[in-house]
Parts: sequence; structure tokens; C-alpha cells
Amino acid sequence: MVDGDGLMSRRIGEVVAAASTSFVGQCYKLNEGPPLGSFVRTGSPVVYGVVYQVTTEPLDSSRPVLARGEGLETEEELFRNNPQLSRLFTTRFEALIAGFWEGEACRQFLPPLPPPVHSFAYACSQEEVTQFTESLEFISLLLNSGLPVADELAGACLRGAASAQADGPAFLSKAGRALAGQLAGDVPRLSAILRRVAP
Amino acid sequence: MTDDSMADFGAQNGSAGQNHQHNQQQDRQLVNHQEQGFLGLVVEGSLTQGVEVRLDQGTSVENIKAGTFVTIRGSQYRFFGVATDIALGNSDARLKHLPLDLGDPFISQALLGTVAYGTVSVFPNLVMPLVLGDDEAAPAAAKTIPPQFSRAYSASEADVATVFGREDERHFWIGNPLDMEAKLCLNLDELVKRSIGVFGKSGTGKTFLTRLLLVGILQGGQASSLIFDMHSEYGHGGRDSDRSIMVKGLKQLFPSQVSTFTLDEESSRRRGSTPDEIVRIGYGEIEPEDVELLRETLNLSDVAASAAFNLEQKFGAGKWMEAFLNLKDRAAVFDLAAEIQVQPNALGSLYNRLTRLKRFGFLVNDSGRAAARIIEHLERGKQVVLEFGRYGDDLTAYILVSNLLSRRIHDAYVRQKEEAEGGAGKEPRPLVLVIEEAHKFLSPSVAPQTIFGTIARELRKYNVTLMVIDQRPSVISSEVMSQVGTRLTCALDDERDIEAVLAGTSGSRQLRGVLARLEPKQQALIFGHALPMPVVVHTREYGSAESYAQLSRGPMRESAGAMESPETPEERLEREVAELF
Repeated sequence: MVDGDGLMSRRIGEVVAAASTSFVGQCYKLNEGPPLGSFVRTGSPVVYGVVYQVTTEPLDSSRPVLARGEGLETEEELFRNNPQLSRLFTTRFEALIAGFWEGEACRQFLPPLPPPVHSFAYACSQEEVTQFTESLEFISLLLNSGLPVADELAGACLRGAASAQADGPAFLSKAGRALAGQLAGDVPRLSAILRRVAP
Repeated sequence: MTDDSMADFGAQNGSAGQNHQHNQQQDRQLVNHQEQGFLGLVVEGSLTQGVEVRLDQGTSVENIKAGTFVTIRGSQYRFFGVATDIALGNSDARLKHLPLDLGDPFISQALLGTVAYGTVSVFPNLVMPLVLGDDEAAPAAAKTIPPQFSRAYSASEADVATVFGREDERHFWIGNPLDMEAKLCLNLDELVKRSIGVFGKSGTGKTFLTRLLLVGILQGGQASSLIFDMHSEYGHGGRDSDRSIMVKGLKQLFPSQVSTFTLDEESSRRRGSTPDEIVRIGYGEIEPEDVELLRETLNLSDVAASAAFNLEQKFGAGKWMEAFLNLKDRAAVFDLAAEIQVQPNALGSLYNRLTRLKRFGFLVNDSGRAAARIIEHLERGKQVVLEFGRYGDDLTAYILVSNLLSRRIHDAYVRQKEEAEGGAGKEPRPLVLVIEEAHKFLSPSVAPQTIFGTIARELRKYNVTLMVIDQRPSVISSEVMSQVGTRLTCALDDERDIEAVLAGTSGSRQLRGVLARLEPKQQALIFGHALPMPVVVHTREYGSAESYAQLSRGPMRESAGAMESPETPEERLEREVAELF
């Protein structure tokens, strides 16, 4: 696998909850979660995930958020006047597990165990994305996740992966055929996703 | 491999990570797409219907044509078959009802080959060993089918050569498979063992195909042939009405091996042909059976035709015709009718119709010994072309002469064969009789009576077989058709004709589709004993200087030296003299 340079700089947070099919990461910085459909991975063991939900919410769910900007010129002013705010909120992301490293092999099915809590979470580099998406078998994990946004997720993930490739259009056409292979029996759903992926 | 998949590999190869697992994955995909001629996988099928191959994403249905050869790699054997049908399939029956945005090439590309795909029906005719090179394991008729997910390929030139043999003195190159360079060769031994049929509607190339077959038989040396050349096309060249050129005949290509006989010397000379012999037929040689055969063309009633037998009884064999035609008038005919107890009107009409034969210049009073001369030439191993000249347009003359001569030749062969079996003499040289408009001789009503019906049924017992050339195979007696060993058929329109040609052939349902799509020129479907499996042939070129050189050179000498002169100096002299005068 490739770690690439600046692994540290791509660290975005830590795993705070994990299950067999997905994990939740808490971001170190407010409002700086990974984009929907992007690839994230844990440090060790390496488990890959595709981000399907990014949430920013109060740390204390019993304290409702109040609007504070009335009469202010800009949003920056609001945060300057209320420096405590950035400490009261947190951004979390949820990722579907898409694969993992097993020894020397990259598997695109579920790992035996989810990543441990407090594993570091990193955003994947372009090289990692290119390497992981050489095989597209993980698409079935996304499509069969049962999430209401599964199709949206698959579309966003493939679009994002294409932008990491040296030859994006070729990747997309390969991805299109892989999708068609997965959804050969459900053409309406297939064509809905293809329209999202189309360059 | 398509550009798309090529681009995929480019992307993969350009990726940063190279490791064992990815290489394996890549290898798998390369196997899928890069193999030469890979078509797809067998997905279903049966022995009687053939197997269905689902085309690979990289293969367009447009690249497959009905009639092309396909090899399928099973686990124990390789199967060799022919594509009989091509269809479009889909994985979701709703596909055709949905309003898809197919204007977007991305979407249509993704759907093609996955959700919407092509299938090819392949009829596996033969099995071969998995590894080529073992001569003992020759292709054999397929009695099983390849398992599901066997890989199908378009057949390579080497596969075709394995199945159809290489050109040598036993195998004659008749043409090429569609869109391939490989040579399709007929097994000449098998070809002449049984009767041959050349069918096709008018103007589809029957004559050219026949010329090629005759050259093959001549070169192979397995048999002599006697060609009843109705339109004078085989001996001294004929006209190619499509290209408006004259093409050479057998005599011009093989001057020393072909003898031309003619019924119409003037016509032959006008066309610049120098016939070896002029054929004359004595009235005495005409037998009542001949009259029986002419019933239809002379418009004779049953009674009138059979009156000839009474006449033969009265005047004696060999004399009846002359005596009968020498009667002065109808009164004399009626007297004779009373004497031999035949209905007077019937005998009268027989007299009238037979009198018409007098206008044939080749009929003479004394015996012409034509049959004996022809046999002499045949025994010397020559091919004999009998040109009919102006009589070719007269069906009466054609039927009369070909039937009469064939009967005599057949009698001689039977005698010789029986002598040979008794240990007194050598076997007669196998003979192929070539007749055109064969349905006139072999229709169910006359076939039992004519010598051609007998020859067709007797098969090779007496070393005489038929080559029938016809455009209406449905009119030929089914009994005779069933004995035709090798059939070569150009395009046919009529349903009944197609059915008649394919009758009794395994896989005829599949062949019907192939036959119906034959192009009207230079294409023929060939099946039967001379080939291991039915095949559509793009017939070999005949008519260009190069083709003449190839044909007259023959296969053996071709391998010895391509530039070798096809003729000896004597032959060239003979040919040049013939061409000058």
C-alpha cells in the first residue's frame, strides 16, 4: 500500500465509534469533515471507508443552539464575539467500510473486525484512491448498504475517485460498466446512478 | 480489444502502486479482453439447437456474421462450429420500456455489453483435440457440446486449415471462408465417390462453381468427367455476363487433358474452338426408352410413347426408327398401327413428333460410334466436353443425346466392371457425368426411367457418378436428391428449393438461415461428404490471368516453384495453334 508523503497532514480525526459495516470519526477541526463519498482510512489496521454522512452538532445535545448573529455584519464577527462556540460544537463523519488491507492484499469486502476506537482517521491521498479503485468490487458494498442515500453515495464516490485518476474519463467508463454489472437486473436504478456519474 | 479497454489498462498501468495482487487482477482482465479473437462465453445450449455465446463487452455484434467459424474451448475438447444466428439480449426485461437517456454516450457505453448484450448461436459441428498438432486426432463429428462458460473465439486460419485440409493433390481449394484468407479445400476422393449437386438460381455462379469443380477433378486425377455442355461454356470458354468478358474453358487451361466433342461443328468453329471429334448419332441408336424420356418435351401421350416399344418389336432393335420415319404418309402409319395393334392416332402423333427430330443435323442414318469414341477418350484419362452448339437451346436434343450417350457409356462401364470383378480386365476409370437442367431428367415422373435416375441410385457401384447442375432442386426426385453426396448451393429464393437442397441434412434449420442470406454472387453453401461440415464459401476467383495461372499450375507444382511454367512446350504450341485457328 502507499502511504505517501504527509500522512500526518492528512489526519482528520479519530474513530469514536465502530461497527462491522461502518465507523464514526470525530474531526479535529470544526466544519472540516471529509466530503461526501470521499475515501478515508484508519491508521492501523488499515480499513477504508467511504464517507456517507457528515454531521456538525453541539457536544452537549441537551443545549439547543441559539441564533446569535442578529445585528452583526459578518459571520466571522459572530465567532469573534463568541470564541467559546468552536469549543461547544463538533464535526463527525460516518463512513461505510469499503475494504481493508490484509497482509499484502487489499480486500474489498468487510474486515473481520471494525477499526478500534481512537484509531486515527486520515483522508486518502490521490495515489491511495487510485490504487484502491483499481478494483471496483467495493461498489456492491455501497449499493447494498441499505442506506437511503446509497445511490447518491455511489455516484459521489465514483465522481470523486475519477478526479483522482490520471485518466478520469476512462475510469468513469470502467466504473459505468462495473455499475451496470452490479445492477444488470435493475435498469431504472442503474440509469439514475449513471446520470449522476456521467462526465 | 477495444479502445476503451485499452484506455483502462493505460490507467491501471499508470497507477502508482504495483504489487502482486494487483498484477494478478490485471492478468485476469488481460485474459478476458486481450486474447486474439475472443468472442464471449457459452451461456446455454443444446446438442440439437446449438449453443448460445454471450458476447464479451469488447465484441460488437456487428463484427460477427452468420456463417463465420467459431471455436469453443471446452475442458477436454475444442469445438469447431459455425455462427448460425445473432441476437440481442438484455438482463432486464424492462429495458425496452424505459425512457433511458441514451443520447449520452456514457450511459449507452455502460449499458452495452452488460445490461444490453449480443448473443451468437453457434452450431458446434466438430470436435478437435485441445492441442493442435496431433495428426491422428482428426476433427470428428460433435456428439456433445461444450460446458457453460466455455470460451468462444473466432476461428483462426490454422483452425480452418486443420478442419478443411491443406491444398494438395487430394484436396482442391474451392474458395475461402467469409472474411478469411484461409483456403477451404474439398476432399476430391470423397467428392467423386458419390454424386454431386450444384444448385442456385439463375446468375448466381453455378457455372463458375462447376468449372472450378471440374478443374479440381481434373487436377486430382481421381476420375474422368463427361460434360454435357448445354450452352458451350466449359470447353472453349464462355461469357461472364456480369463482367462482360470471355472466360477460358477447360480446353484452354488444360489442352492436353481435355477433349472437346461437338454436335454442331459450325458453331464450335465460329467460336474459335477446334473440336477433337464431331458427334454423329445414328437413328438406329435411338431406343424406345429415349422416346419415353422425350415424352414431356415432345408432348406425347403415354400410349404414343410406348408405341415405340411395339415398333421396336416389329422392325427390330436398331432399325425401327429409320423404318418408321421412312413411312410415306399417314395412311401408311395407320396401316402399320392396325398391324401392330396400336391406337392409330397415337402412332400418328408419334410419327409427327419423331419427324421433327429429322431437323437435327447430328442425326444420321448410319451409326456414329460417338459413345465408343467418347469412352476411348475417357479411358485415356481425358475429360470430355460435349458442346451442343445451337442444339443446346433445344431441350429435346439435349435430353436425347445426353441420355442416349450416357446409357451406352453406362452399359460399357457395367460390362467392364463385371469383367473386372470376374478377373478379366481392369476396373473402369471412375467417371463423373455432368448434366445441366437436371430436373428434366430427374423429376419424379421420369427419373425411374432415365439412365441418370439409375446412375444416381446405383451410386458408385459401377464407378459412374453424376454432377447435376440445376436451378430447381425441388423438382428433382427426392429419391435422387437423397443420393447426392456433396451439395454446393448458391443463393436460392424459393422455399421449396431451399427445403429440397437441405433435406436430410443435420442442422438444416440452422443452415436454412445461412442459405437464405447468401449473397447472389460468388458465394455458396457447401455441405456433404467432401467437407467435414457445412460451410459458406466465397468462391475462388476464376477469370483473371492470375487465377488461370494458379488453376493450371495445380497444387503440387505450386509448392515446387511458383514461377514454373504451367505448360510444356508441346502444350503451348498446341494451345497457340488452337487459339490462332
